[in-house]
Amino acid sequence: MHVSTKRLASSRFAFPGASDKEIRILKRNALIDRAFERSTQAFALAVLLLLGAILVSLCVSSWDTLSAHAVDFLTGDRWAANMEMFGALPAIYGTLVTSLIAVAIAVPVSFGIAIFLTEKCPEILRRPLGITVELLAGIPSIIYGMWGVEMLAPFLNHIFPDLFPAGSGLATAGLVLAIMIIPFITAISRDVMLTVPPITRESAYGLGCTTWEVVRGVIFPTVRHGMMGGVVLGLGRALGETMAVTFVIGNNLFFHPTITGQGTSIAALIANQFPEADGAQRSALLALGLVLFLITFAVLATARYMLNRIERRAA
Amino acid sequence: MLKTSCSALLAGVLALHGIQASAQETMTGAGATFPYPVYSQWADDYQDAKGIGLNYQAIGSGGGIKQITAKTVTFGASDAPLKKDELDEHGLMQWPMIMGGVVPVLNLPGTEKNSLKLDGETLADIYAGKITHWDDAAIADLNPDVDLPDTAITPVYRAEGSGTNFLFTHYLSQVNDEFADTIGEGKSVAWPAGVGAKANAGVAKQVAETEGAIGYVEFAYAKQNDLDHIRLRNHDGEYVEPSSDSFKAAAANADWSNAPGFYLVLTDQVGADSWPITGASFILMHKQVEDPAAAKRVLEFFDWAYANGGDAANELDYVPMPENVADQVRDSWGDIEGPQGESIWP
Repeated sequence: MHVSTKRLASSRFAFPGASDKEIRILKRNALIDRAFERSTQAFALAVLLLLGAILVSLCVSSWDTLSAHAVDFLTGDRWAANMEMFGALPAIYGTLVTSLIAVAIAVPVSFGIAIFLTEKCPEILRRPLGITVELLAGIPSIIYGMWGVEMLAPFLNHIFPDLFPAGSGLATAGLVLAIMIIPFITAISRDVMLTVPPITRESAYGLGCTTWEVVRGVIFPTVRHGMMGGVVLGLGRALGETMAVTFVIGNNLFFHPTITGQGTSIAALIANQFPEADGAQRSALLALGLVLFLITFAVLATARYMLNRIERRAA
Repeated sequence: MLKTSCSALLAGVLALHGIQASAQETMTGAGATFPYPVYSQWADDYQDAKGIGLNYQAIGSGGGIKQITAKTVTFGASDAPLKKDELDEHGLMQWPMIMGGVVPVLNLPGTEKNSLKLDGETLADIYAGKITHWDDAAIADLNPDVDLPDTAITPVYRAEGSGTNFLFTHYLSQVNDEFADTIGEGKSVAWPAGVGAKANAGVAKQVAETEGAIGYVEFAYAKQNDLDHIRLRNHDGEYVEPSSDSFKAAAANADWSNAPGFYLVLTDQVGADSWPITGASFILMHKQVEDPAAAKRVLEFFDWAYANGGDAANELDYVPMPENVADQVRDSWGDIEGPQGESIWP
């Protein structure tokens, strides 16, 4: 009783001229406010905690492999589980090559679609085309995989029998990935291009700029940041894509410095071997998962760094 | 209100109890996926005949070994047999239950169906990426009367870990020392050349679509889809067709009595009619069981399957174990003991 009067008195100091009832309401509101703030903070921290926990558990469970032969693991040219030779090079190479092929194809196409949709598209077509692109983004990856193995691989084999003797390979996987990430990059690029104020755009047209000049000189510099974000998101998806890639990559576990030949990617290798793996093989596959984690992290960090440098140079 | 909820709870508990009581009349097992169709067919027939059901989880050979070691199931099943010391380590015993074979298939337009002949040595060189074209001298020597095209060879293999991989690589390692040293046997191996496809269906599809491809699938799969297969030269130098008879010949000619713990992979067996890539799928049980009644139920089921399961197996294109092998297995069951050391069989 004594304490509460004292607290009430000090509150009265904080809210001069307020009645006891008002003070109580104000205090309750302040409490709710603080609780809300704390809980949002907790959610945000939980993400960090989760990320750390995943990283730590991957490190712990792959420790056997990493501590025993970390160098062989990164440079070994084959993944032969039966001989306990776990070389991640073929999988790392395959992951990077397929993702780079995918981005190299997807970026120009996506930007092209986005520019057409925002600058040139007749009003009637704009909505249906936009919705189609968004629908493409919603197709499950297994369907792209089936399409790749049923249609694309035989087609490539038919057109270029010397380059694609079996249809499948790193380039085939890269093509499937490109089609998978085009809708992502397109949707984000279109959305950020639409944020360019019409007045800026129309001023440029009014000065006699061509569409290309408007896009290059006005739109790109304004929304560079957002478009880069779309590309990074697409790249992230390409690096980790599993099902579709497993179908068409050829699953060869030897390192071959090839673009069109068969290979494997980290995600495909894990998907193929994890269910039946135990002991050293399981530990090595978990180490492979850690490598994928780090590659994705490095790609995101590099993209952000490059972006910051461009921004600084522009400023 | 309280009364009704109490009685509902009681009814629920009683119902659960009923389920547990009937669960005692089922057998539990887990493991290999390859024999799953025939085991479940046997289980259906056995349920009709004796009223005892089987709960078999086809989780893969590795999972089956884990489950039986942890004693969560009465029996485990594995496509690859365990070695004697591995069995002893966990107090397990094993026996062969059903057989199948692996058949190399190909897609080579211009040659007559099922006419191409190969030996193990050449097959291993093809899969090691050393023979790259169909008109290679090594293949031409084996097929003097076939006009071979100069098509490039695309070896197709199983991408995921599988018992089929184990049998195939075990055979190639037996007949080609270099293959054994560089690639070796195992459930998942690294192939230097060619394309990895998923499951039998994936391999068959890739072979069908790729001119010049060679692959390997389980016999049941090759037969049901009428694929163009290779005639292999066996240990006795004869070229044999893959068939139930040639698999049975391999099993019958095998020396089971000198194989401790029935550790025998039936590849490259002697006998003029033996198909060289034959393998059995194995059952694993503890030598000292905690629940003798459950163990006896399982043994009775397998006894019944040896005696009556042949037709069902043949219909599904599996190969039942020959009678003499089944008898040796039944004899070995005498080693299974209950908690007090009492014999369970017969």
